[in-house]
Amino acid sequence: MTANNDNTLDQEHAQQPKMVTVEIDGKPHQVPAGITLMKALWYTGQEVTRGAGCLGGFCGACGTYYRTKDDPKVKTCLACSHAVEDGMSFSFAPSFPARKATYDLNVLENPKQDLFELYPETPLCRNCNACTEACPQNIDVREGVWKAVFGDFKTVSETFMDCVMCGMCAPVCIADIAPSLVAVYASRAYGVREMEKPPGLADRIKAIEDGQYQEDWNRVLNMTDAELQQASANIQ
Amino acid sequence: MDIHALHEVVHTSRDARRTHILPKLSPAERDTLIKKYHPDHREAAYRPVVFGPNKGDLTVRELASVLEGDSPIPTDLPLEPDHTVDVLVVGGGGAGCAAALHAHAEGAKVLLATKLRLADSNSVMAQGGMQIAVAPNDSPVQHFLDTLKGGHMKNDHDLLKTMVEEGPSIAKWLLELGVLFDRDADGNLHVKKGGGSTKERLLTCSDYTGLEIMRVLKDEVLNQKIQLLEFAAAVELLSDEQGACTGAVLQDLDNKRFVVVAAKTVILATGGIGRLHIQGFPTSNHYGATGDGLALAYRMGSPLVQIDTFQYHPSGGVYPEQLVGQLVTEGIRSEGGHLVNAKGDRFVNELDTRDVVSSSIIRECEEGRGVRTATGRVGVWLDTPLLEAEQGEGTLDKHFPAMVRQYERYGVDIRKDPVLIYPTLHYQNGGVKIDSNSETPVKNLFVAGETSGGLHGRNRLMGNSLLDLMVFGKRSGMTAGARVKTASQGKLTLNHLQRFRAEAKKHGVTGQVTSPMVLPAYTRMHTA
Ligand SMILES: Cc1cc2nc3c(=O)[nH]c(=O)nc-3n(C[C@H](O)[C@H](O)[C@H](O)COP(=O)(O)OP(=O)(O)OC[C@H]3O[C@@H](n4cnc5c(N)ncnc54)[C@H](O)[C@@H]3O)c2cc1C
Ligand code: SF4
Ligand code: SF4
Ligand code: FES
Repeated sequence: MTANNDNTLDQEHAQQPKMVTVEIDGKPHQVPAGITLMKALWYTGQEVTRGAGCLGGFCGACGTYYRTKDDPKVKTCLACSHAVEDGMSFSFAPSFPARKATYDLNVLENPKQDLFELYPETPLCRNCNACTEACPQNIDVREGVWKAVFGDFKTVSETFMDCVMCGMCAPVCIADIAPSLVAVYASRAYGVREMEKPPGLADRIKAIEDGQYQEDWNRVLNMTDAELQQASANIQ
Repeated sequence: MDIHALHEVVHTSRDARRTHILPKLSPAERDTLIKKYHPDHREAAYRPVVFGPNKGDLTVRELASVLEGDSPIPTDLPLEPDHTVDVLVVGGGGAGCAAALHAHAEGAKVLLATKLRLADSNSVMAQGGMQIAVAPNDSPVQHFLDTLKGGHMKNDHDLLKTMVEEGPSIAKWLLELGVLFDRDADGNLHVKKGGGSTKERLLTCSDYTGLEIMRVLKDEVLNQKIQLLEFAAAVELLSDEQGACTGAVLQDLDNKRFVVVAAKTVILATGGIGRLHIQGFPTSNHYGATGDGLALAYRMGSPLVQIDTFQYHPSGGVYPEQLVGQLVTEGIRSEGGHLVNAKGDRFVNELDTRDVVSSSIIRECEEGRGVRTATGRVGVWLDTPLLEAEQGEGTLDKHFPAMVRQYERYGVDIRKDPVLIYPTLHYQNGGVKIDSNSETPVKNLFVAGETSGGLHGRNRLMGNSLLDLMVFGKRSGMTAGARVKTASQGKLTLNHLQRFRAEAKKHGVTGQVTSPMVLPAYTRMHTA
């Protein structure tokens, strides 16, 4: 590879792998600075089965509790998307047996009212804000729960669009609410029951069913490879 | 040099670049570029498969050894079923969930087994969107032609026509389940233009399209009380005396026990191969993308198609080191983000197909116009601040919240500074040969989603995979679910495995590799 030195980007930790000390489940380990918590687990010889999924910050499999040096505050993060720091302590969050209600969104009488039957604990929120503080995605979970209680399902769907379903907000809730499950319910109910169906889509489906594209298909499917190549190169 | 100093060239060249339009390459130019720079054309990375249905076909070495690898189970494993079901779905990504829901809707008894948790998959990571021809100026035929062009005319016409025609009804199905696709002011589905497409056709849920779809599908699988086995990896299929598929052996990853499942039909939806790290590339794929379904189907005698071509997504992270290989959404380029080399120049039309864009990036880097990091990685700039300049402040926050967050975690503000990218191993273009109901030549064995092959030709077009998952997940589920009403459960044998082992032995391939891989071996066993 020919690369001109002027284009080299400094990364001190990469040039001379600097090691930091982290505590994993209470045991100290030396790991290279700057790697993710997930890679630190592999680096220290741990097999990871539960606790890893997408490895890209989307699936919420790797919810982790951590604390930085001398700070009493225990925070949460996604282990696949958070870098180690010297003096940090961390442990994977165990899975949590939150109850998911089951429902058929099409037959519910009144989804906003039915929330209180499906998840009767929701209005018992005591505003402690622990869920918001526990969320590695910085979602205003508490606010979202209240929006659900007040029936503003649209805002719930927007608030929880970043929710990776890691479940970190559930164990901390003193009212036994699992906010992400409430949010999925509210968000789906909004989509199914409140949003208008897009008019153009129905027209397109009907056009296909009515065979409106049949002529085009006959033409295209009878083309030789060379003709097809020409046709697909020509479309604008 | 400090990273901010390196950014300078992107900032200073921005205004000049804004008016500069790069033409797309002619077919001949594209061909030359790809042959010279695309990893699919690195001969040394390839070898012929030694035996089995694809004997003699070239594929990458990493995949060849997985296909020829030996099963972890002994031939005399007692085959007393632990579960007896109508339809076994293997894999809990988009294709698996769609298959399970449709088979269940047919009235079949379904078991969904997946290696990690339900929805831990590639599907959950899809950011760019899903191609469906819904816009008034668009049509399924246009979608067909665009895809053919992207796939270098090598796509299976039947599969492709099926996919594009069923697209709109898939959008309807997802809306009815509560998926919140972005909308226009008039209530119609908002569509964006994706690389390689002539029309606006990408349906999105901001940059969380896959996550939104998977949240909903997972919730629905649980609502329907479909039987679920998590942390259960399929490690072998079962066959009857005629060679038809009759079930599978799973391995419970918590206690390592084998679990025998008798099923009238099996749907493999195990996704891609990124974690095989072909040619040493980093990957955007999830932890379980180890090509298991390919190995399982191959041992049953199912041929694979187009296993010599893979997709290297143009924009994988290069810096910071924690983001190496991770996908940087294509949406940035769709909305006009420029690719810029170390000299401050654009070098490719950013909306060209992935193979063309990736090849150009590799060319820039190999010819010394890349930016090298101190870890020895090299890349080019993706000018994210340009979007803020063009469309106004807040554009990135509004359209790309996931990406803003992805970089913020490491102290990089993409509103202010560009990011460094290089191609990352992203997608397996080929896979198990299927018909338009997603069935393989092995009776009662279905394959849906990324594990299947033929539809995408030699290069998948952006956004076509999510549609593929839903359409063929649905068709496999419906066909398998309907068939079990008349079919009876066949005998459970490992005859195919005995035949496979005999062939392996005959060809002198014995026991080096256990396959499927199930999870990549990242755990460092010894300290250096
Ligand atoms: C980062 C990223 C972004 C993408 N963006 C887009 C996009 O914007 N638009 C688009 O159309 N496509 C996109 N793609 C491609 C698309 O997401 C994938 O091709 C698609 O999700 C594959 O779906 P699948 O259901 O076939 O497999 P997956 O979603 O990967 O699911 C496979 C499932 O099978 C499980 N599994 C694997 N092996 C076994 C086994 N042996 N036993 C049991 N279970 C097993 C896995 O754990 C997983 O749950 C993207 C891909 C990635 C990686
Ligand atoms: S809302 Fe709850 S489940 Fe969702 S990301 Fe935040 S903590 Fe995780
Ligand atoms: S943790 Fe529970 S009680 Fe506290 S604010 Fe959140 S939802 Fe309410
Ligand atoms: S592994 Fe999916 S979010 Fe970390």
